[in-house]
Amino acid sequence: MNNPAVLRQPADASMTALIELQGIGKSFATRPVLQAVNLNLLPGRIVTLIGPNGAGKTTLVKIVLGLLQPDCGRVQRSAQLQIGYMPQKLYIDPTLPLQVERFLQFANADTVECLAALERVGIAHLMKQPVSGLSGGEMQRMLLARALLRKPNLLVLDEPVQGVDVTGQEALYQLIGELRDELNCGILMVSHDLHLVMAATDEVVCLNQHVCCHGTPQQVSVDPAFVALFGAKTALYTHDHDHEHDLHSGVVHGPRSAPCQQDSLRNGFPDKGSTHGGVVSSALQGKNQADV
Amino acid sequence: MYDFLYLALLAGLGVAIVAGPMGSLVVWQRMAYFGETLAHGALLGIALGMWLAWSSSLAVIVVCLLIAALLITFESQQMLATDTVLGILSHSSLALGLIALTLIPGVRTDMEALLFGDILTVTVAEVTLVWLMAGGVLAALWRLWPMLLSITVHEDLARVEGVPVERLKIVLKLLLALVVAISMKVVGVLLITALLIIPAATARHFAKTPEQMASLASVVAMLAVCAGLAASWWVNTPVGPSIVVSASVFFVVVFLGRGRQV
Repeated sequence: MNNPAVLRQPADASMTALIELQGIGKSFATRPVLQAVNLNLLPGRIVTLIGPNGAGKTTLVKIVLGLLQPDCGRVQRSAQLQIGYMPQKLYIDPTLPLQVERFLQFANADTVECLAALERVGIAHLMKQPVSGLSGGEMQRMLLARALLRKPNLLVLDEPVQGVDVTGQEALYQLIGELRDELNCGILMVSHDLHLVMAATDEVVCLNQHVCCHGTPQQVSVDPAFVALFGAKTALYTHDHDHEHDLHSGVVHGPRSAPCQQDSLRNGFPDKGSTHGGVVSSALQGKNQADV
Repeated sequence: MYDFLYLALLAGLGVAIVAGPMGSLVVWQRMAYFGETLAHGALLGIALGMWLAWSSSLAVIVVCLLIAALLITFESQQMLATDTVLGILSHSSLALGLIALTLIPGVRTDMEALLFGDILTVTVAEVTLVWLMAGGVLAALWRLWPMLLSITVHEDLARVEGVPVERLKIVLKLLLALVVAISMKVVGVLLITALLIIPAATARHFAKTPEQMASLASVVAMLAVCAGLAASWWVNTPVGPSIVVSASVFFVVVFLGRGRQV
């Protein structure tokens, strides 16, 4: 968990965007869902969309995917754009007998490629298992493997850690970060979780029908618009990661076993090096307490 | 000597083979109610055929395709829930069909044969039509199978991966309409859905892959046709219901057997 993504420099402005959205507007019936939204996705950068329910996150993702046409605005796609999409949740009717390998083959892949993708996401041993028997984390990894089989230069991940326990979430975000480095692909993530995702993100776009604010996690978390949206108690915290987690969510204490410190008054950039920055929303704190 | 029996068997087996994969898709995509609606519409088709002096198979196909087209139009409007639209179409066409049949001058229709099937009176021409259409539907399903499965699993994901989802859904509905049209003579309008669903549900227990389920469902449907005809021959029961009851018996046996294993 060193090398927090937040320390990355902003991408070179001259880099060609994989997809560029300008002035996007979309209404359903007469209800506006998106207004004047700009979004720029670059290779090698992780952009996370956050926002309350009904903020238009899913609509924006569908426009990026080309599943929805905006009412106004411009969508410019790079000619090389190849999207790997990981949907929010997968419900497979229990009457459909389907093995993991078969599920992956829908992405037009042969067995060797499927196995390689499963190995990359760490669930190669599940290749012949029925999809209906997978745990939440295994399911998300399988979906990620299918997205990888498209050989994408843009990964669109809708709530990638949904239904995964906290330790699993951290591992999954780490995997996503590694994939970004390996493939140098752009990544667009949607998230409700304000805590772990911040550490894994280069840029945060806070959406509430329009873009409230955007920037690095540090910039966004002190932005008045962000605080207004997620509550005043939301504050940046830093903590020294003095322990490791083993596979069973237990805490393995390192040499320094002092308790983690939460400094809710600290509003600046986190220390570089062994600390990483994130945001704790009071509403989400209960779920994340175990890790703090 | 027993020509009519062989013809009946041939017609039944033709329908049973295609009922396996089509029935599996109906179960996976939860299209049972849609199949029911098409089946009820088939009755209207028969009436239309008599009015216009068309062959009944042709008229049934035309009306089924019309209902499929109506449903697709209503669905794209998104004003009503799909099952509401289906309910309207289904029962209106059934009622309309029953009325139309009684209004035709000079014809006394055998309503029971229409509602519950009349496989023992199939002609050589009808059997040929059953096999031609069953073959056509099977060929189409074979070709489209991977894409049909892909949209069954996740429509948006399939769409992003370049599968023409909307077109496939229309094609699937049209294929189902064809299957309903040829099943009508075998089990009648009220039992067509049963012939699609029960074998597929029975096969689910043994299948590890979608293909296994589809082909096993065909086998179960074929066994049900044979058993139904046999029952009808020996015990003198109506054929259509006997076929459906046989399929149900297979399902119950498998269901209970499964319970014992667990």
